[in-house]
Amino acid sequence: MTLSEFLASLDALAAEAPARIEAAADLDAWTEVRNALVGRQSGRLTDLLANLIQLPKEDRREGGIRANTVKVAIEEALEARRLALAAAAATGGPALDPTMPARERWRGAVHPVSLVIDEVVEIFRELGFTIALGPEAEHAWYNFGALNFPPDHPAMDLHDTLYVGDEQVLRTHTSPVQVRTLQQYPPPVRVLAPGNVYRSDPFDPSHAPMFSQIEGLVVDEGVSFADLKATLSHFARRFFGPTTKTRFRPSYFPFTEPSAEMDVQCGVCRGAGCGVCKQSGWVEILGSGMVHPAVLEAAGLDSEKYTGWAFGMGPARTAISRHGIPDIRILYDSDVRFLDQFAR
Amino acid sequence: MNVSHEWLSRFVPHGRDAAAIRDLITAHVATVEGFERLRADLAPFVVGRVVESERIPDTKLSFNKVDDGTGTLLDVVCGAPNVTVGAKYPFARSGTTVPPSAKNPAGLLIEKRKIRGFTSNGMLCSAQELNLGEDADGILELQTDAAPGTPLLDVLPLGDVRLVVDVLPNRPDLLSHLGVAREVAALTGATLQRPAELASLPPVSATPVTGAREATTAGLTVRVEDAADCPRYGAAVIEGLTVGPSPDWLRACVEAVGGRSINNLVDATNYLLHGLGQPMHAFDADTLADGTVVVRRARAGETLVTLDGTERKLDPAMLVIADAKAPVALAGVMGGRDSEVTARTTRVVLEVAQFGPAVVRATRRKVGISTDASYRFERGIDGAAVPEMLATGAALLAQLGGGRVSALLLAGEAPAARAAVTVRPARVGMLLGEPVPAAEIRARLESIGFAVAAGEGEALRVTPPSWRHDVSREVDLIEEVARLRGFDRLPDALEGARPGTVPDHPLFTAYRRVRDALVAEGLLEVRPLPFTSGRAFGREGVRDDLLRVRNPLAEDEPFLRDSLLDTLARRAEYNLNRMQGDVRLFEVGTAFTARGAALPREEHRVGVLVMGARRPVHFTEAQPPAYDAWDAKALAATVAAAAHPGAPVELVPSEGAVLWRIQVGGVVMGEVTRVALDAPVWAKPAFGIELRLGEMPSEPVAGRGAHAHDSAPSRARSGEPVRYRPLPLTPAAEFDLALLVPDAVLAAQVERVLREVSGPQLERIVLFDEFRGTGIPAGTRSLAWRLTFRHPERTLREKELEGRRAQLLKTLEAQLGVRPRTA
Repeated sequence: MTLSEFLASLDALAAEAPARIEAAADLDAWTEVRNALVGRQSGRLTDLLANLIQLPKEDRREGGIRANTVKVAIEEALEARRLALAAAAATGGPALDPTMPARERWRGAVHPVSLVIDEVVEIFRELGFTIALGPEAEHAWYNFGALNFPPDHPAMDLHDTLYVGDEQVLRTHTSPVQVRTLQQYPPPVRVLAPGNVYRSDPFDPSHAPMFSQIEGLVVDEGVSFADLKATLSHFARRFFGPTTKTRFRPSYFPFTEPSAEMDVQCGVCRGAGCGVCKQSGWVEILGSGMVHPAVLEAAGLDSEKYTGWAFGMGPARTAISRHGIPDIRILYDSDVRFLDQFAR
Repeated sequence: MNVSHEWLSRFVPHGRDAAAIRDLITAHVATVEGFERLRADLAPFVVGRVVESERIPDTKLSFNKVDDGTGTLLDVVCGAPNVTVGAKYPFARSGTTVPPSAKNPAGLLIEKRKIRGFTSNGMLCSAQELNLGEDADGILELQTDAAPGTPLLDVLPLGDVRLVVDVLPNRPDLLSHLGVAREVAALTGATLQRPAELASLPPVSATPVTGAREATTAGLTVRVEDAADCPRYGAAVIEGLTVGPSPDWLRACVEAVGGRSINNLVDATNYLLHGLGQPMHAFDADTLADGTVVVRRARAGETLVTLDGTERKLDPAMLVIADAKAPVALAGVMGGRDSEVTARTTRVVLEVAQFGPAVVRATRRKVGISTDASYRFERGIDGAAVPEMLATGAALLAQLGGGRVSALLLAGEAPAARAAVTVRPARVGMLLGEPVPAAEIRARLESIGFAVAAGEGEALRVTPPSWRHDVSREVDLIEEVARLRGFDRLPDALEGARPGTVPDHPLFTAYRRVRDALVAEGLLEVRPLPFTSGRAFGREGVRDDLLRVRNPLAEDEPFLRDSLLDTLARRAEYNLNRMQGDVRLFEVGTAFTARGAALPREEHRVGVLVMGARRPVHFTEAQPPAYDAWDAKALAATVAAAAHPGAPVELVPSEGAVLWRIQVGGVVMGEVTRVALDAPVWAKPAFGIELRLGEMPSEPVAGRGAHAHDSAPSRARSGEPVRYRPLPLTPAAEFDLALLVPDAVLAAQVERVLREVSGPQLERIVLFDEFRGTGIPAGTRSLAWRLTFRHPERTLREKELEGRRAQLLKTLEAQLGVRPRTA
């Protein structure tokens, strides 16, 4: 073989290769083309290179250089085509209808009442509150006596109580956790106590014999009603929106004094009065007050040195108004069609 | 407490409208939760404007076009002579009911109808038709700028408003118009006064006959057996009375607070109760045997027919008013039928007493009724006011009935003077968050009847008035100052606070971890009621070892559960009843175990119940597999790891319905079970998991009035940190073992041999196949494991692996009779 014959074959291959490479429609075809051109066993270029040795000695150098140029060009073209084919394969290709649905797993859901508790907990966590818990079956003393309920007083009528033994009740509120916490840990105390509470209320669209409550308690030196107002108003703005207006009304709980209910301006009518707020323009959110000195004393604290404030709210009520749930019993039924609405 | 705005205004001429008074009372005293216009019958009427009007020939009628604000002019025929184009009148659209009046004694439903060939779609109204006056000569022209369609009640200052005040148990002094008026006077600066109907009463000439326990005058003896039950008992004898209808002003008062007018004497007692807060009762004096009134405990076996016609069985826990023979009233609760004032009554004994709160409460609870009177006695009335109330009440009844007060009797003593309470202005300022001047404290307290004197230094000595039973400590006075000043006026700047000493409760953090893990697994959190019937599907009878609620709401569910799966099973059945077969629920809640006389043991647990499809239908899998025991086993491991992080978890095979016991750190903490359900045939099997998170102690933390700060538990993070293992530098080698395993041999036994024989170079062992059937001898199954080995320093040779394989097979055959499966 002469150099000119060698170079002619090389040129022919260089001219033919690009079209063949482009013609490869998928990765299998590409592999065939690659093998035909540069395959180790029987590739055209491979065969051609084998002929290099037959050239006259003085021509081998030039033949080698020219052959290598063609080889690099073919390999680059092959690689570009391969990448293009791989990209096309990744975006689907004719076998896959991308409009068909994904393979789903069941999605879990947090109960709507838990969602409210979570939000309340998150907001108070930002303010340095930690979580305290207590038992649901309680000594009457923790539920009433330590909380300054006068014995056999009409104040008890507000707490229709379920009894499990002599002087043993299902707690009617989370406030016993106040006393347990203050007995256990020295001030400063800043806790939130979510939990289940029980009332002898028949199960109807707006009452349940068991429901959850969130208690909050702050006790330290120099804590004032201004702290109560500031913290709870801050909470209302974080929870209901930055422009939320609050008001505090006098109320009565045996274990706080002064006692105040906190309302937020009705989000439906913006204070004008509507069915949701019973025409008052305000919606009751929580009960609160300065911890009664008798409660601090029941927990063995010096009520002259320490003051504090507390609040309690019912997350179920917030949940039903937030989600438009018409009957509180739906929260307890555990119907999967209801719970799936909260899946995430 | 129902407050009539008009009646209140007679006690305190405040010059404000009802809405302003509502807001004032809510902001400073007690919440006004109802605001009811008493002319609610006029609520459907609107302002209508006459746009066109023409005479209907040969009649007194006019045919008009009326704008009622709806945008469509209505055709209305009217018989009044004074219809003026452009003027506004009260308008009744079709469908409105016109109230009964002198013109329409039976009321009138306005309907679309034809009059003389003209259609009429409503009615323009006269004052008389709306009970707004006697004027029947023409329709009532409204002097208003309000747009057509505006409710009439918004335009006319019509009638009285009833304010429903939510009086809480500490403030019985607010259970009267006088009490509310006292607060309104303090807040507005207006003067508290006696209403004209009381101020104009002629004074009673009789002087009260008094006695410590007993008082006697001609015709009546009053005796109190126990001063604790009845600190004070006043009675007036009023003669020459005529029972008849009440005057309009009295009827209006009674009806304004929601009562029903009965007769002049009974209405008078109700006026005094709602007006002054003093319950009173009038007996027909001629029915009292021997002219005697005794306040005593009932005797066993006595009965009394009360005013409501019910015969009540009495017992010694109850306080009664008796005559010489028998009880005639339940003291402070309800009168008796046989001594009731009737149309024939001419002589009454008017009772004006103070009964002990506890005995009234006990009496009314035993008979199961609560009345306006018992409600006030239970909370405490103003004992010091009894003599004055007696005189006022007697005078009012005498005047209304045209009779004469012949005697006043008063047994018992005036209440002891109230103890003074010290209030320090500095403490007021500290608690409220801003300084409050001593002069302001003094003025505010005096404005509601407290007597204030100077105390030591800056302090004030404050004596509460006799009607306030809720003030005995400094903080009670601070509350008075705060609310009169106004909660909304107090500062509310967010200040820095010291961090607390209380660590997060570990059961709460465990709940959050477990919940997050299960939600990630696609499960739904539930918060059901924890009550149970004590019955379960597939189990006989009712369990008697559960914690029983003594006064359960539902007799069929009197117990608290000791298992979360009990509750979840009932919730699954609830779903199955609604054709929902794919159930995947979990709850983190409390299980109660009865402990005799002690409080129950409370455990926080997680319960899981899964049944039905393991995942939603997909086109690649029209029938997704159902949850099976292996899913439950995996979920159990997931839950246990989330609940008790860092602790080794083991699922130990068990028997019967219990598939595995969940061991955490070597202790059984729960189980995985098949759950028996009352289920339809199409339902898939249900699997349950119940795992303990921890116990919630209920023992007292410390004694009453004591603390246990020295023993506050410190809470360290649980579990050992993960130790780093060097990453391998040498390649792994693996082979599969397909084995014929006799049915008596467990997979775990085979695996144990594989591990023991393989030694430390065994890196991983996976059971990847189980097969029975063709080619497998009866009584055996094929199990296949893939074993991965790695030498820490060098590549394993083919020969070594072959040798290990042979050794494994030899040992398995020798120890367990397990042979290789040959193709």
